[in-house]
Formats: sequence, structure tokens, C-alpha cells
Amino acid sequence: MKLKNEWPKHYKREVITHYCPGCGHGVVHRIVAELLEEMDLGKKTIGVNPAGCAVLAYKYFDFDMIEAAHGRGTALATGIKRSRPDLFVLSYQGDGDLAAIGTAETIHSASRGELFTVIFINNAVYGMTGGQMAPTTLKGQKTTTSPDGRNPKYEGYPLHITDIVATFPGVAYAERVAIKSPASIIKAKKAIKNAFQTQVDGLGYSIIEVLSACPTNWKMSPVDSMKWINDVLEKEFPLGVLTDKRKGNS
Amino acid sequence: MDKIKKKECKVIVKSENCKGCYLCVEFCKPGALKVSKNLNKMGYYYVEPNEEKSCNGCTACAIVCPDLVIEVYGE
Repeated sequence: MKLKNEWPKHYKREVITHYCPGCGHGVVHRIVAELLEEMDLGKKTIGVNPAGCAVLAYKYFDFDMIEAAHGRGTALATGIKRSRPDLFVLSYQGDGDLAAIGTAETIHSASRGELFTVIFINNAVYGMTGGQMAPTTLKGQKTTTSPDGRNPKYEGYPLHITDIVATFPGVAYAERVAIKSPASIIKAKKAIKNAFQTQVDGLGYSIIEVLSACPTNWKMSPVDSMKWINDVLEKEFPLGVLTDKRKGNS
Repeated sequence: MDKIKKKECKVIVKSENCKGCYLCVEFCKPGALKVSKNLNKMGYYYVEPNEEKSCNGCTACAIVCPDLVIEVYGE
């Protein structure tokens, strides 16, 4: 008998992450580490950390990472990629970072068609600060700052930032995936691989939105939150490829 | 016809690192994992292999585990 799931080379061994039980970050971290190993990119990768739950990701990944100011991940990634175009640059951000304080950076880096990859973890709340309403919070969703549910009359509608940037000509690959079952995790891995390949081929900006569970702030069990992603969150944010300008797909 | 040889598979859980989300228990089709009655050092009821059911080596548990605590051995 041999081990079927080897520990990814670019994920630090025997690390216990600070993430809550059932959090999607751990799964996405593993996928990223596995793909960098499979695609042999680990030695030339620079990751950019967000402010948010993934703020300590540099403690778990075994490749070079830089911590960006809140929301400025894509601005920092632009600087890295433009000064060292030979490197593989990855910006890992959450919805509070990318879709709230960092909206300007996200929109403009995408409209310039910068040649890096963004992984956007969307859990529909501000996770790290205690479950406040985020721009991506659903209509009627209860959070600590919308205790009666988000009312579009006062708080507006959920922001579909990946759909917005997918319409830009400089964006070569955009897809929305979910972490809700083994099958969807395998699909998410394929999507992230396509995005990485888009950057390696130098085709343009690539962004993957990952619908990820936040059981603590949704006040559900991890198993229920997987069902909630499937039944509720996916209805507002439908899964699938939003744009694909790779060869043969444009 | 020869009998189909039963695959030999084994699942190992590093129980000290388990945070008790039980996604692996939910997605394990043969039911080869169960929740322990004991707590680990972090204070979670960890997951352990279920001796009554046998693992089929599909690695679904390892795919959904956010903390990489599961090792699946197979052919």
C-alpha cells in the first residue's frame, strides 16, 4: 500500500492553521500548493497576502509571500509582475479585501490587463472582524451589522465583482467555483490550474472566485454551510466560466 | 469468473490536528470514518477510522479536509 495523497511540497509540514473548523481557506491553500508543485512553479512564485482571514497565509505556504496593505494586493502584485515579469505572481484575497476596500485596485488592475492571477475567496461576510456585512452579503442575510437581514433599500444589492471584471478586454480567464463537496473541489482545482496556465502563457489577467464556507459567522455547522452554499449562495453567484480568452476558446 | 479482488485500503487520521468539522464523515460513502468519544488537545471531538466499515480508497475525505489531517493508503 502506498500513500495516495502526498503532502504538498509548498505547504509547510504539520502546520495547524488558525482557521475555524470547516473553513474553505484550508482547502484552497492545499489546492494552490498542490498546483504549484504539479506545474513546477513554486521556486519562482511570489504570493501576495491580503488583510483578512488569510492574513497569516505566509506562515503556511512554503514560497515567498508579501503582505499587502488592506485592499492593495493587486496594486502590489502589479509592481512585482512589472518589475520581474519572469516570476509567477499570485494575489490571494478575500471579499472584504478585494470587493470592498480594494475595489479600485481590483477594477483598475483588471482593466489594465495585468498578467497575474487573483484568487478571490467569497464567503459573503467579513470573516476576521466578526461577521459584519460585506458588499457580497446576500439580500436578507443576517450579519452582526444587518441583524434584520440585508435590506436593499438601505444597504444595496450584493456586488458581483468577478462578473464586472470578466467584461474587461484585458481579463483572459475568469471563473466562479465553490468549495462544497469533493467533486466541486476537484472542479475548483481545474479552474485554478487554468488560471495559472493563463498567466504562464502571458495571456492576461486571470481571476478565480471561490465560494467558500464561513461556518462560524454564518452560525451553522460546517456540513450545513456546505448545503447553504449549494442551496442559497450559488443562486446569487452562479458557478461557471465567466470569460475564457485562451486559444480556441475566445 | 474470478472473484474481484478486494482492494486493500487504509485511512489514517492525525487526530491531534483535527478540528472536528466532520466534513470527511459526511462525504465518506462507505462510512469508514466516525466521530471519536474523546477530545484531542485542542478540545475537539476528533475523527477516527470506523473499524466496522472498510475504506475504499476514494480519498474524498482527504479532498474535503481543510486541515490535511487525513492520509489515505491504497494500491
